[in-house]
Amino acid sequence: MATLIDLGERPVRELNQALHSTAATSWRVLNPRGAHAVACGVREAHTIDVEGHVGYYCAGMNQHATVTVHGNAGTGVAENMMSGTVRVRGNASQSAGATAHGGLLVIDGDASARCGISMKGADIIVGGSVGHMSAFMGQAGRLVVCGDAGDALGDSLYEARIYVRGTVKSLGADCVEKEMRNEHLTELAELLKAAERDEDPADFRRYGSARQLYHFKVDNATSY
Amino acid sequence: MCGIVGLHLREASLEPRLGELLAAMLGQVVERGPDSAGVAVYGDPRLTPPGRAVVSLLGVTPAEAEAALPGAVAVAADATTVVHADGDLLAAVSAALPHATVIGSGTDMAVLKGTGNPVRLAMSFGLAGVTGWQGVGHTRMATESAVTPEGAHPFSVGPGQCLVHNGSFANHATIRRELRAQGIGFDSENDSEVGARFIAHQLAQGADLEKALRLLCERFDGFYTLLVSTDDSFAVVRDAIACKPALVAETAEWVAMASEYRALDVLPGIEHARIFEPEPQEVYVWRR
Repeated sequence: MATLIDLGERPVRELNQALHSTAATSWRVLNPRGAHAVACGVREAHTIDVEGHVGYYCAGMNQHATVTVHGNAGTGVAENMMSGTVRVRGNASQSAGATAHGGLLVIDGDASARCGISMKGADIIVGGSVGHMSAFMGQAGRLVVCGDAGDALGDSLYEARIYVRGTVKSLGADCVEKEMRNEHLTELAELLKAAERDEDPADFRRYGSARQLYHFKVDNATSY
Repeated sequence: MCGIVGLHLREASLEPRLGELLAAMLGQVVERGPDSAGVAVYGDPRLTPPGRAVVSLLGVTPAEAEAALPGAVAVAADATTVVHADGDLLAAVSAALPHATVIGSGTDMAVLKGTGNPVRLAMSFGLAGVTGWQGVGHTRMATESAVTPEGAHPFSVGPGQCLVHNGSFANHATIRRELRAQGIGFDSENDSEVGARFIAHQLAQGADLEKALRLLCERFDGFYTLLVSTDDSFAVVRDAIACKPALVAETAEWVAMASEYRALDVLPGIEHARIFEPEPQEVYVWRR
């Protein structure tokens, strides 16, 4: 039986303190009404269902918990996540999964600009499309986009891997399309399964770093 | 930071609630701009009686305004005095009250500004009792110029026109210089005023609102989410990077825009609204 917390009656700070000071259990959060920092900084393997739209930084810095937002999420959902699973049933605003080191972020709808910016090891699966500058400076992890990608995908990319099923409006500096080999089809199938999606991995294209901008070279001075 | 809220009503039965809804929206973006606030309201019969010219002023009391302007009625709203009268009120104000700052003029729009906590200001404006068909509001966290009523948004420099801005223009000094060279005067050193003057200038030269905002995107450098309103329109545009937040919610009864979702959540019927983020450099216009 999940513990109910109604944010119409109690402040977010009480919710987060309860999540931080309780052993792993199940929670249902009612009436978030766009509140910021819902279920932020959780370090236990809680299961948390948020019934409505949330504001900024929901499930930020998450470790171990499984957080499901039954609505839309504002800027920076699961930013700097370390582990665990965050799922947004609706759409996510910009910078979803920013700098996330680990864990799984699933967005069933669209994510806007800068999805996975500076991602450092998390896996991000977006059921819809992503906005411009997604995976900007992505260092590690995988970004899977079942819809389309906006301008400058993977700009200044390091070693994050990107899979896109639809069209890419434009690639950012040093991001290139790469061959989809068997190991990539296998890893993509695992990611889609983890996100409970049924797209065919064969319909995706793979993008990655051309590794030309990692270190300063005077010949590239105009590309930085 | 800075917070923006705006509400354009399509359903006349909601008009008695315009001020109450706008005040509730404004209360949700206080943390984004606790320095000062302002609103523009369209269609309130007390502030803007039909058939009367309306001018919103800073730096003058209602008693001074009524004494200096025969036949005028002045209403106090915090630091602002809203005056209505017959005839060319704007010319009468500049002749009789040269020290007053005009912060809005037209026939259907009143602009109310002040400094301090936006929730206290909304009460001081009597916003909850205001009625009408359209309203915009702004909470300001000052970055580019001083915290004064003049520096608060909205900036209204053309008849019935209004601009609120979240962000900062990088090349405002250059554009201000160019506009001054064309004879356009400025009331402040505020970067957002340059945006408002630019749009008013384009509209005065015959551009429609879409074109004026597209030209602004071409000419202005920097960060901006803008909400621009006129006597018949409600428009939103964001810079190419989409640095500053914006959300639009739309139902058959209303169109609303806000910096954050929580300001939209106070609206009736939000659970059925189409909610989206405006695309970068795309101009969105809704007409009455």
